[in-house]
Amino acid sequence: MIGPQAALLADGTRLHLHHGPIDLIIGADQDRIRAFEAAREGFETLLQGLVDQLPLLRSARTVDASLAETETAHRMISVTAPYASAGFVTPMAAVAGSVAETVLAAMLADSTPARAYVNNGGDIAVHLEPGESFTLGVASHDNHPLGTLRLNAETPIRGIATSGRHGRSLSLGIADSVTVLAGTAAQADVAATLIANAVNLPGHPAVTRRAAEDIQPDSDLGRRPVVTACAPLNAADRACALDAGLACARAFAQRGLIHAAALFLQGDARLLNPAPFTLPEKSLVDA
Amino acid sequence: MNRADRPEKIRCDACPVMCYIAEGKIGACDRYANHDGDLVRLDALTVIENTTQKLVPFLKEGGVEDWDGDIVQGARPFVTAVGAGTTYPDYKPAPFIVSQDVEGVDMVTVVTEGIFSYCGVKVKIDTDRHIGHERDVVYVDGEPIGHVMTSEYGSKMLSLGGVEHLTGGSKKEGRVTCDALLKLCNRQAVEMVVGDAEHATTLVVEAGKAPIINGEEERLMRVGCGSASIGMFAKQWLGHADEVVVVDDHITGVLSEHQAGKLLDIPPTGIKIKGRRSTPGRYFQVAAPGTGWGGTDIDDPLTILGPFNPKIAWEGLRMLMVSTTGEQFAYYELDAALQPQMAQMPAALKRSTDIIAENCEPSVCSVLFMGGAGGSLRAGVTENPVRLTRSVKESLTHVSCGGAEAYGWPGGGVTVMLDVMDMPTESFGYVPTPALVAPIEFSMRLRDYELLGGYMEEVQPVDQVGLDAARRVSGEAMGHDPMARANYRWDKGKSE
Repeated sequence: MIGPQAALLADGTRLHLHHGPIDLIIGADQDRIRAFEAAREGFETLLQGLVDQLPLLRSARTVDASLAETETAHRMISVTAPYASAGFVTPMAAVAGSVAETVLAAMLADSTPARAYVNNGGDIAVHLEPGESFTLGVASHDNHPLGTLRLNAETPIRGIATSGRHGRSLSLGIADSVTVLAGTAAQADVAATLIANAVNLPGHPAVTRRAAEDIQPDSDLGRRPVVTACAPLNAADRACALDAGLACARAFAQRGLIHAAALFLQGDARLLNPAPFTLPEKSLVDA
Repeated sequence: MNRADRPEKIRCDACPVMCYIAEGKIGACDRYANHDGDLVRLDALTVIENTTQKLVPFLKEGGVEDWDGDIVQGARPFVTAVGAGTTYPDYKPAPFIVSQDVEGVDMVTVVTEGIFSYCGVKVKIDTDRHIGHERDVVYVDGEPIGHVMTSEYGSKMLSLGGVEHLTGGSKKEGRVTCDALLKLCNRQAVEMVVGDAEHATTLVVEAGKAPIINGEEERLMRVGCGSASIGMFAKQWLGHADEVVVVDDHITGVLSEHQAGKLLDIPPTGIKIKGRRSTPGRYFQVAAPGTGWGGTDIDDPLTILGPFNPKIAWEGLRMLMVSTTGEQFAYYELDAALQPQMAQMPAALKRSTDIIAENCEPSVCSVLFMGGAGGSLRAGVTENPVRLTRSVKESLTHVSCGGAEAYGWPGGGVTVMLDVMDMPTESFGYVPTPALVAPIEFSMRLRDYELLGGYMEEVQPVDQVGLDAARRVSGEAMGHDPMARANYRWDKGKSE
């Protein structure tokens, strides 16, 4: 069995932590040595802690967050709880964002970077001291830039997550990607998953689906039909699917669960609370 | 095992998640898969940003056989792992890339896990023992995987792998070679046989560990050749021995004849050494190579001596014989018939053999991965591959493998070599081609990327959008770059 691994990336300023299915890319401005050391320490037992509670975390029934034995599991359960009424969801929907947050919290407990981030495959927890900001590039699954977004310390956004058909997780919807900005990475993670699921055209012949467990035997989605392909859609279908997702996002925002979202499907986009986003003219024209 | 005997699912033990993986499926990590009932590691291959290449599974049926070893197929999509094209999060088609610089992206790291069928390892084995002649074939499981290159100072060199063995021989030869390289690069032990039947040597090589030669673990590498040892220790022997012979397969040294002995006025002893005299006090080929004293095949050092010259030698003459590592030694005194008789060694001489041993460094095997980034791999970075080569030569582009610094060979192409001990463990994977999969990163400043013909149109829009608040130029004009690499660098030991 291969244990947790840590390595500086070639540019010397970013730390790569890896264990099993988890890959984190971590950055910190100032106090970097202590921040990276703390990240490594916090990461050491993280995966094992999750694995020890996997049956609980893969369960769709409402679980009490006090059953969580680790900080990460606690986050996963807490942030998914508000969505219990929104359909099928398990704490696993927030695993990536929760892991990112746990490691960031470990860093901040031991160091004082002006800015820091933990990027868990696109689910990102960020830290900003007053006056600081991050500029992030948003790219599509095939690496075409979709624009940028800017996070200022003055806004309450500290978590970014993206979900969709092209990521590593399976999606019940057809969105190419849904990017959500929320107070925490775990909150953004679960919301992005659910909004991406909502960008959907049930029964549409262009969409191919397959039982999740046929693709990933251990998936918490069981036999639920996940999208494996989506043929080109006409403008009306794209609008219909995106609007369904946007309605879902808006409902979450009204409940104070998220701050903003960007939904992308075959060249079209929808923005909820567009302030942080800057999309290039081109993609808006295409839309 | 028959196919029918194989369980439907295998349990992956690579990490604590312990996924059950069905035939043809991948685990939660996208790194390990069940391939015909075997757990195989599928390292994700991708040229990250700014290529137009598509990501395709590389284990697709029939997709491997006709592949010529280049990582990027000009006309075909880019080769990558099974699944939805995932790789390390920062370079996978991740929707987000957090820029480290305040204003937009300043650094480009083009990361790929390259498939190297033009690759191999150079192995340095610290020993004077005979492990084979130059050009002797190195076998694993009866298959030739490489050969003995040469001897360096205190070490033997092997060249293993290379395209001739990976894809130039039989299918089994390629598979066995790939497997041996993978193990060596991932710091596992590989047992090999050097040479053919009558002079075969078995050798166990493991990076960072002592070699095991014919079942015996080597301990020390010699302090110098026999002649050099004479020069180094002559003074310590003065007054305690009349003659010292340092037995060495390469150059056996004889104190009384050696320049060092002359300078100390040590008189001739009438000693006769078998073998070919090079210069005074230095002898080649005193015995055949082997795993005995000083890399020779002898266990009794007296076998390299002829009779002492009765006109010069004398009864009671004190002679020390020692190997180049100080591990073997014997003390003799000549009897009335001028025959050496073993005797109790004086403490001063024992001290000198101990010092020889102490000066010998621990014997280890070093495994250096060596591979070349082909034109096509470079084409994943720039439209004009040779410019990447030039940029590397001009040190504008830094080449690393798994974050470890790689030595770039001079001349054409990007041919790199590095110590596998500097890389993260389990850095290497393989594809059934067979070929090794190794990480390789090209890092450079954005403007250097532009100069070398990078795919700038792909990054351009990001720059444009971030322009108002975010022009790189303005950051540089302020003369302060908090993310400059020079600001911070962990040393190798700490970065694991």
